[in-house]
Amino acid sequence: MSKTPIDYAKVGLKCGLEIHQQLNVNSKLFCSCPPDLFKEDPEITFLRRLRPTQSELGQVDPAAFFEFQKGVKILYEANRKSSCLVEMDEEPPHPINLAAVEVVLTASLMMNMQPVDEVHVMRKTVIDGSNTTGFQRTTIIALDGWIKVGDKTIPMQAASLEEDAARKTGTQDEGKTIRYRIDRLGIPLIEVATAPVIYSPQEAQEVAFAIGRILRDTGKVMRGLGTIRQDLNVSIPNGALIEIKGVQELELISTVVEYEVQRQLGLIAIKEELAKRGITPESLKPDFADVTAIFKDTKSKVIRKAVDKKQTVLAVKLAGFAGLTGHELMPNFRFGSELSDRAKFWGRVGGIFHTDEILANYGITTEEVATLRKAVDAAEGDAVVFVADTAENTQDALKAVVDRCQEACTCIPQETRTAKDDGTTRYMRPRPGAARMYPETDIPPQPITAELVEKVQAHLPEPADKKLTRLIKQYGLNEKLAKQLIDSEYIGLFEETAKTSGVQASTVAAFLTETVKALQRDGIHTSHVSDEQISAIFKAVGAGELAKEALADVFTWLSKNEGKNLQDAITALGLKMFTEADLVPIIDRIVVANKQQIEKLGKNAFGMLMGAAMKEVRGKANPELVGKLLRERLK
Amino acid sequence: MSELEGSGYKGKAFQLLQQADCSVGDILKITSKGKTYEGILIPRFGEGVAIIIKMKSGYNIGIEATTEVKVEKIGKGTVPKFEAPQLPKQKPSLPHVVIMSTGGTIASRVDYRTGAVRSAMSASDLYGVVPELADIARVDTEIVYSIYSENLTPQNWTELAQTVAKRIEQGVDGVVIAHGTDTMAYTSAALSFALQNLPVPVILVGAQRSSDRPSSDAATNLIGAVKAAGEAPFAEVGLAMHETVSDIATVIHRGTKVRKCHTSRRDTFKSVNGFPIAKVQNLQITITSDSYQKRDPKRKITLKPHFNDKVALVKFHPGLDPAVIDFYVEKGFKGILLEGSGLGHVSKFCFDAIKRATAKGVVVALASQCIWGRVDMNVYDTGRDLLSFGVVPLEDMFPETGLVKLMWALGQTSDPKEATALLKANVAGEYSPRTLPQEEKLPNEGGN
Repeated sequence: MSKTPIDYAKVGLKCGLEIHQQLNVNSKLFCSCPPDLFKEDPEITFLRRLRPTQSELGQVDPAAFFEFQKGVKILYEANRKSSCLVEMDEEPPHPINLAAVEVVLTASLMMNMQPVDEVHVMRKTVIDGSNTTGFQRTTIIALDGWIKVGDKTIPMQAASLEEDAARKTGTQDEGKTIRYRIDRLGIPLIEVATAPVIYSPQEAQEVAFAIGRILRDTGKVMRGLGTIRQDLNVSIPNGALIEIKGVQELELISTVVEYEVQRQLGLIAIKEELAKRGITPESLKPDFADVTAIFKDTKSKVIRKAVDKKQTVLAVKLAGFAGLTGHELMPNFRFGSELSDRAKFWGRVGGIFHTDEILANYGITTEEVATLRKAVDAAEGDAVVFVADTAENTQDALKAVVDRCQEACTCIPQETRTAKDDGTTRYMRPRPGAARMYPETDIPPQPITAELVEKVQAHLPEPADKKLTRLIKQYGLNEKLAKQLIDSEYIGLFEETAKTSGVQASTVAAFLTETVKALQRDGIHTSHVSDEQISAIFKAVGAGELAKEALADVFTWLSKNEGKNLQDAITALGLKMFTEADLVPIIDRIVVANKQQIEKLGKNAFGMLMGAAMKEVRGKANPELVGKLLRERLK
Repeated sequence: MSELEGSGYKGKAFQLLQQADCSVGDILKITSKGKTYEGILIPRFGEGVAIIIKMKSGYNIGIEATTEVKVEKIGKGTVPKFEAPQLPKQKPSLPHVVIMSTGGTIASRVDYRTGAVRSAMSASDLYGVVPELADIARVDTEIVYSIYSENLTPQNWTELAQTVAKRIEQGVDGVVIAHGTDTMAYTSAALSFALQNLPVPVILVGAQRSSDRPSSDAATNLIGAVKAAGEAPFAEVGLAMHETVSDIATVIHRGTKVRKCHTSRRDTFKSVNGFPIAKVQNLQITITSDSYQKRDPKRKITLKPHFNDKVALVKFHPGLDPAVIDFYVEKGFKGILLEGSGLGHVSKFCFDAIKRATAKGVVVALASQCIWGRVDMNVYDTGRDLLSFGVVPLEDMFPETGLVKLMWALGQTSDPKEATALLKANVAGEYSPRTLPQEEKLPNEGGN
């Protein structure tokens, strides 16, 4: 792994972005179900198999066909609140949700795109089970626009409207049954794609940020983790075009791009090294040795478990790969991890062992390794990969390992990868072929009339620069706060709260930007507090029922106690505000205790007394009220 | 010369495409509102005036054909050539099953270029699309019709019965008939009456999700149907469809006792006033009916394929004008199937019209619009009155099977008395003397 910073211009990085965000409309894209998720046990389950359909040319998606041949089944989970027969693929889709079309139109016009005259819903074949139909319904709403990011104009290729997929909740039966929950299936998603004109990881992040802001400005997108997903296309010359799916955090984008470039450079280095060593695809043979006997008394827990279950330990020699399986491609990700990912996908195994790792860590002895090497006839320059699972799974796993090593000699394979929370990526599946879209004949074409476009154009949200000027003027904010607000997902909530809560706008703005950010840094899940709750908190402050000093505590408490309300928080935190009746005796006591001082200072004693009173009731009493009562008492 | 006939384009779009000499499948460049779009010309179905192209990304979009729009042909379309895969070696030990199709697409391929779905009905196609079949039977295919099931007529039932009988006489182990689901239960009833003394099973099969989609139920149903046709121990007309919304089991319903009960669910077909004959799960056949006609390849089939289509179905409802009944009688109809209410009633305002019908030799039979249960016309006066006019109660037959039976009876004889006798005879399990409860045991906590 290169330790010096990468010169991306020299490397020739090209990156494109696809941003998906759930739309905040009342119902799903093709039925009237609410876009709600559920956490409870499912009320309904059903089992399906998806069958690769043949194209006119007899082509089928290889990954799909493989899974089908292996008899992979899908167990769907549903409840009646969030799904109807449409999501179950038991009823044809209803006409497209026009409110969702309008949101995408709005975003498209904000990105200077040209709407199509007629919307055609397509079926994009996806048979991993994430869609009950075996395809995702998707449609292009507008094409060919641009946005400004700094001084650079970024061409925007298209804005689409599509249905979100079901979410995977687990696997069972040695990976032969995949569980998916269909509550998320059908939630409308906007997808906007840039041209591959991004040349550095930092720029990728900035562009994603700019797009995210435009989407937020529509006021009609969902917020919070899981509602936005960023896909990246990353390529470098001599590398491959890699599609990376599902980057959830914006801040992670530059890291993901950086790591992917590192990975491709590492793979190029491995390819060159293999050529130097004279290793060709033919050097790597799918000759597998059953080495279960070697491990019959093993102390390795993982292997022990498999052996006890009468499963198989299977090994293969990777000629000339010694040292290379341990080659680090990304942090904590070696070429061996690359092999492991393939083995997991094609062989449904938990992982693999290879001889470039410290096998003693897994309780595997040097004697076992020596015998193993002998069993597969491995010389010093060879690596050995072995895996313990069912006979069928180990065969499939090692076949995938050998295939991947053969590829390593000749190319960087084009594939779809999925992003992890640390910015590294994992193999997801081979890139699907281009020929996998065909028309959704159950939904009639939807015209986008000139009148509709005019209507949307007339109500476009305020562009960011105009909004900044207005925020400063209308709410008396300083420029820094106003800027932070515009970049914040709470901008809509701010305006509503500033207008209605009675709390000073700058207090609301500072809380929703600086305080929230500080809380996030402290690991508080701010997204757990709903807009309604935030609004209620400020209303309580405005009404004098809650001290503004207590804002952060209440917010934090609510984030940790989902399902509870503001009153619960106030009670739990002991923040009940003192009423006039509560305060009178306290003030009385303070006045009596300071009698001498009052006599000495006369009217000037007020400041001192106020200080003493507030020291006692801070956070639990409205200072104005304390002042008023004190003044009356002193008369 | 452009070939736009049948492309679905009209008016300005047609004119623009014709001027540019475009055919479906050609690559076009369209200029509109200052933007250019490139893609393959897609045919247009239904309303709408936009020109539809499939872009390189795979998406279709519609560009409105206005006077400002420019269309240019920039490439000739290539028609994909499909070469059917070679027929796999047929295993001689497997039963020989004929799959006939009447329309719809139980198996199909998608032309991703234009979105067209083509039926894949040759044996080699079928093996390609449903490879499991090669281990279940030696399959022969025969396309009898290519008709939407709602357009099938009793004349088609006759021809279909004759075709099936011919193949059975030639010696096959079973017949599968792929059929659109809308009227599949009518056809299954018709074949049940037309094909008597069957030596081997005849299984109708359909799909609620078309076979061009990965989630189609077609393959599971087809596998169940072929398995049952080739190996099931019974020799009756059956109908094979999903048991539940899951791809787990296919059930074989008796041809006269099955009805389509849901517009869209996979398990739309239910056995009504009876139970399925069998269930196929993981390629295992389980018999679920206590009585059936046993498979016997030596048995000689009796073919009675004729139907009289001068038979009407009249659904009784509050306010039904008796003139409706008179109309059919005057038009020379030979039979009327009354779909009565409850235990078997129609209003007293219809009595005279019914009397006029029976007096003219029209056979009037009655089944209940309740679908579930048995008519009993002895409980109330109205029922007793109707019986006295010569109305024939059809016991636990639901109206659709009753209608087909009446058509068939009047296809065998023009004598109302003989037809009535045939109508009352149990020919193909359409009557069941006992109505069994569908209920199951309560769970344990439900009582002692």
